[in-house]
Amino acid sequence: MSALWMAVAVWLAAWGLNAWLAGSAASRTRFGKALVPLIFGATVLVLWEGLVRGLSVPPVILPAPSAIAATITGSLPTLWQDFAQTILKGAIPGFLIGAGAAFVVAIAIDRSPFLQRGLLPIGNFVAALPIVGLAPILVMWFGFDWQSKAAVVVVMVFFPILVNLVAGLQASERMQRDLMATWGASYWQTLVKLRLPAAMPFLFNGLKIASTLALIGAIVAEFFGSPVYGMGFRISTEVGRLGLDMVWATIAVAALAGSALYGLISLIERWVTFWHPSQRH
Amino acid sequence: MKDTLNPQPPVIEAQGLQLVFQTADGPVQALKDVNLVINRGDFVSFIGPSGCGKTTFLRAIAALEHPTGGTLTVNGMTPDEARRKRAYGYVFQAAGLYPWRTISGNIRLPLEIMGFSKAEQDSRVARVLDLVELSGFGKKFPWQLSGGMQQRASIARALAFDADILLMDEPFGALDEIVRDRLNEEVLKLWARTGKTIGFVTHSIPEAVYLSTKIVVMSPRPGRITDVIDSPLPKERPLDIRDSREFIEIAHRVREGLRAGHLDD
Repeated sequence: MSALWMAVAVWLAAWGLNAWLAGSAASRTRFGKALVPLIFGATVLVLWEGLVRGLSVPPVILPAPSAIAATITGSLPTLWQDFAQTILKGAIPGFLIGAGAAFVVAIAIDRSPFLQRGLLPIGNFVAALPIVGLAPILVMWFGFDWQSKAAVVVVMVFFPILVNLVAGLQASERMQRDLMATWGASYWQTLVKLRLPAAMPFLFNGLKIASTLALIGAIVAEFFGSPVYGMGFRISTEVGRLGLDMVWATIAVAALAGSALYGLISLIERWVTFWHPSQRH
Repeated sequence: MKDTLNPQPPVIEAQGLQLVFQTADGPVQALKDVNLVINRGDFVSFIGPSGCGKTTFLRAIAALEHPTGGTLTVNGMTPDEARRKRAYGYVFQAAGLYPWRTISGNIRLPLEIMGFSKAEQDSRVARVLDLVELSGFGKKFPWQLSGGMQQRASIARALAFDADILLMDEPFGALDEIVRDRLNEEVLKLWARTGKTIGFVTHSIPEAVYLSTKIVVMSPRPGRITDVIDSPLPKERPLDIRDSREFIEIAHRVREGLRAGHLDD
C-alpha cells in the first residue's frame, strides 16, 4: 500500500507546486509555460504507477507505466516496423493523396455549380459509410499490404478537407471580390491571389481534423487483413494473447505519431495563416 | 476652365439611366431616369440619403452593377469595356486590404494582375506610398495600422495603376471628423496634382461642398437626381473656406435640394 500513499503524496505536492507556479511570475515566461503541463503529465504517470502497484491491479486490466516503458524499449525494432508500415506507408501517403484529391475536386466544384450539386452529395454519401464496412471491401480490392490502408485513409480524409475548402473558397468578402473585378482580374488570378489565401484557415481546419482520422483509418483497416506487422495488426493479435503491455506500447506510439502530425500541421498553419486574427500574437 | 477650342468628349455620360433590382419583395427601382455628364478633371460628389442610388450609380459606372435601361458610357465605351481596360480605380467604404499582404504588397496587387514589370511595380509602389504619406509603412501589415492609414493605403492602391478616373464610395465615412478633414485636404491636393476625374459618394454636406466642382443631389424611392450644382469655389481651397459666404450658400442649396427630395415622398 505504501506505493499508493507515496503516489498520492507526490500528486498533492505537484498540485501545490503547479498552483504556486501558475500564480507566480514564472508562469509568464516560456519556461514556466512549458513546465506546468510537464509537471502535470509526470504526476499523472506517478499516480498511475502508484495506483497499479498499491492496489495490485492485474497487468491485463492496466499495466504500470514502467512496464509499458520496458516493453517499448525492449521491442523497438518491432514497434519501428509497425510504425513504418502503418504510419509511413499507410496513413501519410493516404493523407497526402486524399488532401490532394480534395483540393482538386474543391476547385472543380467551385468552377461549376453543376459539379457542386453532383459531387458534394456523393462525397457526403461516401463519408457516411462506416469504416468497418468500407475497410474489408478496400482490403479485398487493394490487397493486404499498405495500399489498401492508404485507400481507406484517402476515403476518410477526403470529405472533411473537401467540405472545409469549399466553404473556405466562399470566405472572401464581396468587397474584396469587387476590387478584383475593378482591376479586370481573371478567374484564376482571383483564385490564386484572393480566394485561396482567404480559404487557408478553413483548409487547415480540415487538415487537422483529417490528420487524426488518417491514423484511425490506417490502424483500424489492418484489423481486416494485413501482413504480420503493422500497428493495427499488433493491437488485434496482442489483445488475443493478453499481451496488453504491447497493446499499450503501440497505443503510446500511435499517440506520439498523431500528436507529431497534428503539431506539424499546426506549425505550417501558423506560418501560412499568420495574418488571421486567431493566429496574431 | 473648359477648353472651348478643342472640346473633349465627356468622361462619363448617362442618359435616361434606369436600374431595377429584382428582390424577394419585388422589383426595387434603384435608379430612375438619371441624366448626367462628367467632364475630364471634374470632381463630382454624389450626395443624398440612404437608398437614393448614389452608390448604385457609382457601381454602375464601375460595371459592378448593370443598368436595366438607358445608356451609360465611360470614355465612350460601355462600363464593362472600360473596366477591362482598367479605366478607373475604386475606393470602397472600408479599406478592404488583404490581411496576408503587407501595405506594399496590397498596393502591388493590382499591378501584378495587370502585368507590370517587377521594377515598374517597385517604383510605382514607392511613388504612391509617398503620395499618400505612408512612406516607411510599406512593410507593415494592414492590421498594424490605424483606420485612417488603412484608408490612405487603399487610396494609394487605387492610384497605383494610374487610371484616369477615381471612384470613391464614402471613403472616409467610418473615420472621425479630424482625420476626415485631413484626408479631405489630401484628396484635394492629390486631385490638383494628378488632374484625375473623381466621383465621390458622401453623406456629408460640408464634405461635398468642400471637395467638389460639381455636386449631384439625389433622393430616394425611386433613386433619382434632384439637383446638379456647379460650384463657383476656386480650385485652391484652404479648410477655412468653409466659413466663407459662398460656401455657406452652396451648402444651403444642397440642403434645400435634399429637403425637396424628401417632400415629394
